[in-house]
Amino acid sequence: MFKLNIHYKILAIATYLFLYTPLLAVMVYSFNKSRFGIHWGGLSLDWYVKLLHDDLVIEACINTAVLAVLSTIIATILGTTLAMGLARYPWSKKVMTFFDINLYLPVVTPEIVFAGALVVAFTCLRSISSIFEPGLVTMIIGHVTFQVAFVALVVRSRLASFNNEIEEASRDLYASNWYTFRHVLLPLMMPGIVSGAMLALTLSLDDFIISFFTAGPTSVTLPLYIYGEVHRGITPKIHALSTVGIFVTIALVILSQRISSKDN
Amino acid sequence: MKIIDKPEILYGELSTPRKIRTRGLLRISPGMLWIMLFLSIPALSLIVISFTTRGAYGEIEWVFTLENYKRLAGYSLFGWSPDYLKILLRSIIAGLITTVVCIILSYPLAFFISTRDKSTRYLWLTALIIPFWTNLVIRTYAWQIVLAPDLPIAKLAALLHLVPPGSPLYPSSFAVYIGMISAFLPFVALPLYSSVEKLDWSLVEAANDLYCGKWRVFHQAILPQTLPGLSVGAILTFVPAMGIFLIPDLLGGAKYMLVGNLIQQQFGKSRDWPFGAAVSLALMSLTLIALVILNRRGAKMQVL
Repeated sequence: MFKLNIHYKILAIATYLFLYTPLLAVMVYSFNKSRFGIHWGGLSLDWYVKLLHDDLVIEACINTAVLAVLSTIIATILGTTLAMGLARYPWSKKVMTFFDINLYLPVVTPEIVFAGALVVAFTCLRSISSIFEPGLVTMIIGHVTFQVAFVALVVRSRLASFNNEIEEASRDLYASNWYTFRHVLLPLMMPGIVSGAMLALTLSLDDFIISFFTAGPTSVTLPLYIYGEVHRGITPKIHALSTVGIFVTIALVILSQRISSKDN
Repeated sequence: MKIIDKPEILYGELSTPRKIRTRGLLRISPGMLWIMLFLSIPALSLIVISFTTRGAYGEIEWVFTLENYKRLAGYSLFGWSPDYLKILLRSIIAGLITTVVCIILSYPLAFFISTRDKSTRYLWLTALIIPFWTNLVIRTYAWQIVLAPDLPIAKLAALLHLVPPGSPLYPSSFAVYIGMISAFLPFVALPLYSSVEKLDWSLVEAANDLYCGKWRVFHQAILPQTLPGLSVGAILTFVPAMGIFLIPDLLGGAKYMLVGNLIQQQFGKSRDWPFGAAVSLALMSLTLIALVILNRRGAKMQVL
């Protein structure tokens, strides 16, 4: 086995420290009794208690969860059908290029340009219907727009990993279209759908810019709330909230690894 | 495609090409129309908007002009100033430096993880994924605590006379780079690790046996094998790093503006869509150029 030079080992550990220093700082200062700055006023759990009694924080939590779950469900359904349509039908090269450009556009467009395009779209659509007023609906639409491409790409690569002879065999044995889909295609696609959905969920939870540009006054999410508070002056309450966020992230990472190891 | 609509066996069922195509279109349309309606068409309309004029109240006046691009190039009523060009150049440099530093730090990291025992390798990898999944707002403002005055890093900087004592290390270009590197490191390290994991060590051994120097072993035995992961990582870092808004906003302030902040201002506070569209298109072109170069250098782009 190859032995790693000790210098590289130290450098790697230092890099891990570099990644974790800010996260640890947030966690440590969330237990700080003193309200201002980085003066250490002793240990306290007050800030966590205050979180539970803060309506704005509770509302932001609910908004974040609703946004993430709804947009992930919509994106997973749309993305999966989209991938099936792309992978299993004989499209000419020109048509396929057109589809591919649209599919890759959400992936390669810089987030800030994406947000600008959404602002333009919603402003125009507002003259047609008031549901495009900034709020949870516009945020869900914005999130689905980038999630759907990622889901479709993941599911398509899963579909490419097995050929359609399996479906043909099912049809040859007089299975109906629905039966073929439900009992042959869907189980085969499932690992791709699940990892696509997980990716969509994390993209939604991780997003800031799209939410920042499409949110209304009543649809503040946790990242937006934290951002607003940071601009107003950091308090240990924000550290406490962020610490909770970090632990939720850790739980999600472990959960997703459980799911993907089961698939394999 | 010829439209001869005669029945034949397609995908194990008796059907006609037209029927099959209709069914395919039905599956594609919802998702595809969604992307087109909310991204492709608005993005195309940005091209048109970039040639229009901003009205007095932030509305678009359909007077076509090259004014927005002239303004981006630095020409105004008061003569020429390179401010906007500087922001563009600074964004390219920030993207490049971030990508290069992330690559340099990722190699030891990827080799470190792949040389761990099977039992702990998984843990080290998870430790890399956790910051990757943590929300960027949290990871960015967290540096404001770490770089605060009276904490070791700021004290050390004051001791070295880099900053006056008692002052924070942000907002500054230094803070922006620290924030960017820590934010994008996992984007390079994770794809690189998946390449390093598949590395054919016999090539490295052969290079060593043939008395290659350290640099040559890396350059001729390791680099070509890890190029696919490296190019994916470089794309995933350089493109978003160039247009990032949040990190310069929280750690750079007015002192270190990047093109992302400039675009945000136009679509936000200033409500100057035509100029915002022009800057967006400049960023989009830079992105496409970067993608073409990186794709040519590395393997075929695999997003996932």
